Amino acid sequence: MIQTMHFPDIQTLGTDGLLVRFGDSLSEPANRAALAFGAALERDQPEGVEEIATSLVSVFVRFDVRHLGHADLRTDLANRLKAQDWFAAEMPAGRRLITIPTVYGGTYGPQLAKAADLAGLSEDAAIKELSAADLRITAVGFAPGQPYLGFLPDHWDIPRNAELAPVPTGAVVAAVRQIVLFSVDSPTGWSHVGQTAFRAFQPDHPEPFRLRPGDEIRFTSVTPEEYGALKSAPDGGATWGKVE
Amino acid sequence: MSAALIIHRAGPQVTVQDLGRSGTLGLGLSRGGAMDRLAVYEGAALLGQDPSCAVLEMAGMGVVVEANCDTRIALTGAEITVTLDGTPLRWNACHALAKGARLDIGGFRAGNYGYLHIAGGIQTAPMMGSRSAHLAGGVGACISAGDHLPILADKGGDTGLGLSPSERCSGGTLRVVAGPQTALFQAEMLERFEQTAFARDPRSNRMGVKLTYDGDRFGATDGRSIVSEVVVPGDIQITGDGTPYILTAESQTTGGYPRIGTVLPADMPKAVQTPAGANLRFQFIDLETALKIEARDTAARHALKSQLKRLVRDPHDIRDLLSYQLISGVVSGSEEEPK
Repeated sequence: MIQTMHFPDIQTLGTDGLLVRFGDSLSEPANRAALAFGAALERDQPEGVEEIATSLVSVFVRFDVRHLGHADLRTDLANRLKAQDWFAAEMPAGRRLITIPTVYGGTYGPQLAKAADLAGLSEDAAIKELSAADLRITAVGFAPGQPYLGFLPDHWDIPRNAELAPVPTGAVVAAVRQIVLFSVDSPTGWSHVGQTAFRAFQPDHPEPFRLRPGDEIRFTSVTPEEYGALKSAPDGGATWGKVE
Repeated sequence: MSAALIIHRAGPQVTVQDLGRSGTLGLGLSRGGAMDRLAVYEGAALLGQDPSCAVLEMAGMGVVVEANCDTRIALTGAEITVTLDGTPLRWNACHALAKGARLDIGGFRAGNYGYLHIAGGIQTAPMMGSRSAHLAGGVGACISAGDHLPILADKGGDTGLGLSPSERCSGGTLRVVAGPQTALFQAEMLERFEQTAFARDPRSNRMGVKLTYDGDRFGATDGRSIVSEVVVPGDIQITGDGTPYILTAESQTTGGYPRIGTVLPADMPKAVQTPAGANLRFQFIDLETALKIEARDTAARHALKSQLKRLVRDPHDIRDLLSYQLISGVVSGSEEEPK
């Protein structure tokens, strides 16, 4: 594939960070590589590394520049990259399938109509597709515990909006073949298509970050009445299963 | 009764902060912590304590507080009018705070974020490894009237010391290093970015400094469909409508909007303290130069203690010379010129 001709590469980010990138666009192999490389680096950290954060197709490494030079860390990372084919790495074992009740459209998903139109679908067909897909958590980020999910079919490669609009916690938003389940109230350029009562980050919960990269989510469609009844249920009525 | 700082009045954006948390970036929780990290180090130097001590950060409006025991305080960051039982106190200095005395921190004179440090640090319960409220992330809460913040019994130490902080409240040039997405901007646009005068938008907050400017929009080539990746404090993000944001303590952890570069940590105090109405400019420098600047800045931060000077009484600062000399704990009779 074309990606492997230029990637992985290593870039500086800020004055005390390096970014290992496995692609310049989101793909299943590049996400797989980032998840696997980040996990391997966590298990065997170079001396002087302070923090490792895995994102969609990249792994960020922050280090103490007083004790570890840019060139030395770069060499170390390059050697680790050469050690195996990260694009073909195994997904972690024990992944979970979480089913989260979701109400689509109307005031709960005010941009569903526009997003469906951009995807070339009717609103009903869009709800059916979004509701049936088992989506992998490709990264947790942006806000605490907040999952990015992929991958919707090609026709969901819809752009982000130029204007930011506020969405509430639990919002399901779509853009560029991905879904994000917002864990905080936030402005976003992604299209707000549905709403859940799920809180991906619960600071007082024994497990405050409720979701992990590699887990899968199904945003199953419910009526506004059903949603109203689930609002006070633990995890907004979500159920935990296993990825088959 | 356990030692406490009692809050009588608080502005809408007063929070407990420290240097933030490490290890949660990959879980979506950014570092957080004080917006002006240098001010935390300055307060720690003034009180002779570790910079990890938690402090009160005040944005836009201050606080009225008292302590239920004798203790010491330091005041750093944005310069704010402050009185102790009605008598003005020097900013960028440490002072005695006697039990029951009323400390009134009021109008901002320069800068955006002011800091009240207390001997031993504020002792609220750590949350995920830090005492910092991270409001954007839903961690902790603002301080409000009636709160009792736990503190330690003061072991004692010097007061009446001051320092001259590096100038950071009137704008200027922020040095920037290129990042993974700088090349997405055309050379002509990078040049124009360096030539443009920016101003702080009042809607700036702990997530980011929003900037306004005159002239054509800035934007990356095909920047709307770049893949999300980790962002760091100081990254300058350009949103779809051409608005630059300098991402700060409570920023998102990843972003899909193109970032033109990263402001050096050494220049971030200036980035966050520059008020609306003063100009900010950007200047790209190479990584090697940036690392030298950072090394010098780190060394200077750790040598702040050697910069402390004994406060010299200035009669112009003193509303009533006689009462000033008689108030115990404000200026002790033994104060003298620096040795």
